[in-house]
Amino acid sequence: MARINLTVDGQQVADDVEPRTLLVQYLREQLGKTGTVIGCDTSNCGACTVHLNGRSVKSCNVLAVQVDGAEVTTIEGLAAEDGTLHPVQESFRECHGLQCGFCTPGMIMQTVDLLAENPSPSEEAIRLGLEGNLCRCTGYHNIVRAVQHAAGTTTETSSEAGASA
Amino acid sequence: MIPAAFEYVAPTTVEEALAALAEHGDEAKIIAGGQSLLPVLRMRLNAPEWVIDLGRIESLRGVRDGGDHLVIGAMTTHHDVGQDPLVHEHALLVSKAITHLADAQVRHRGTFGGSLAHADPGGDLGAPALALGSTFVVQGPGGTREVAAGDFFVDLFETAISDDEILVEVRVPKHDGWVASYEKFVRIAHQWPIVAVAATLRMEGDTIAEARIGLTNMGSTPLRASAAEQALVGQPATEEGVAAAAALVVEGTNPPTDLNGTAEYRRHVATVFTRRAVLAAAGRG
Repeated sequence: MARINLTVDGQQVADDVEPRTLLVQYLREQLGKTGTVIGCDTSNCGACTVHLNGRSVKSCNVLAVQVDGAEVTTIEGLAAEDGTLHPVQESFRECHGLQCGFCTPGMIMQTVDLLAENPSPSEEAIRLGLEGNLCRCTGYHNIVRAVQHAAGTTTETSSEAGASA
Repeated sequence: MIPAAFEYVAPTTVEEALAALAEHGDEAKIIAGGQSLLPVLRMRLNAPEWVIDLGRIESLRGVRDGGDHLVIGAMTTHHDVGQDPLVHEHALLVSKAITHLADAQVRHRGTFGGSLAHADPGGDLGAPALALGSTFVVQGPGGTREVAAGDFFVDLFETAISDDEILVEVRVPKHDGWVASYEKFVRIAHQWPIVAVAATLRMEGDTIAEARIGLTNMGSTPLRASAAEQALVGQPATEEGVAAAAALVVEGTNPPTDLNGTAEYRRHVATVFTRRAVLAAAGRG
């Protein structure tokens, strides 16, 4: 076992973990943060995306021992303490950027990262930026609209298309 | 899926890492960013007894100006290399290839040296590194040695790095003013290329004065298309001007046949993508 100390969603935590423990397992099974989900187990789907020291990573592809001393933010750490949703969460709700919702935690975490790097992305930049996140329900259109809405780059046409879709 | 149990050590200097490697030898695996290794461990295709993590060795991170070349630390993430203004200015081909490498999350974690040392023939960095004539610096118990790109890639997942050595940096000769493009053929977003072509050119007006072309997944290692490079010199960057050279790109290739296509199909794709890469680099895409 190895001792790790880190910050998760603003809280200091310390635990003993087996070196083979994946970050996503640690978050879900030891900390109970089941908002971060395991989708594919092959590092393709992006459902388990969290932020590690401010940048998006797939938490199934990082060992818990590797994040000793780091700061991790999960989907559970985005909303304000009083329950007010993060603007990206609000946009996904507003634009119906989900159907079954399984990919949504990862989509939202990746969108937050994308907008931090590029606050006004083009539609192409949004689609490329979300390349590592798979959705099997929506066909991605409303997800792209949700990102545009969060970025404040929604055009008249696309919001109308969103309403009629 | 969970990896088989292993012991873990995270040294903070290259010397400590080399000592751990010497101690555990065959039973150890080095982890850089882990974006290729962790899936392998999870699927239990490999089960090392020790994992030596280079992630805490700060001296292996960063890009610096080495005079006539750039020095890219082996543990610099793809994201950091891709965003680096020095890389954009002096080795544009590397910047272009990184925009096509995997996805944003993997680029935040995966490393330049890790990807090259893994030597997947479908990896996106081998062809640009080879085309630009890079030098690989490896460190072992006896000090460092330099390996030319042409000697670095030995076979599928096999490089010139010995069991007791670690890749510490890659020196990329400056190609100031060269234009570049990396054209990648994939069936699924963020996957490994079926075929990709790395092309960088020095233009004199509308004429190609010099060309470097690397091929991804056209053999068991990245390949340099020397015949095509020579045929491009003196040609205009037009469909007609590059067609003959593009046809030469398949010389010396030995592409795989798999579910994505036959070797013959890959040769055809390589020809088409060479034409596209050269024209795109010259701004005629």
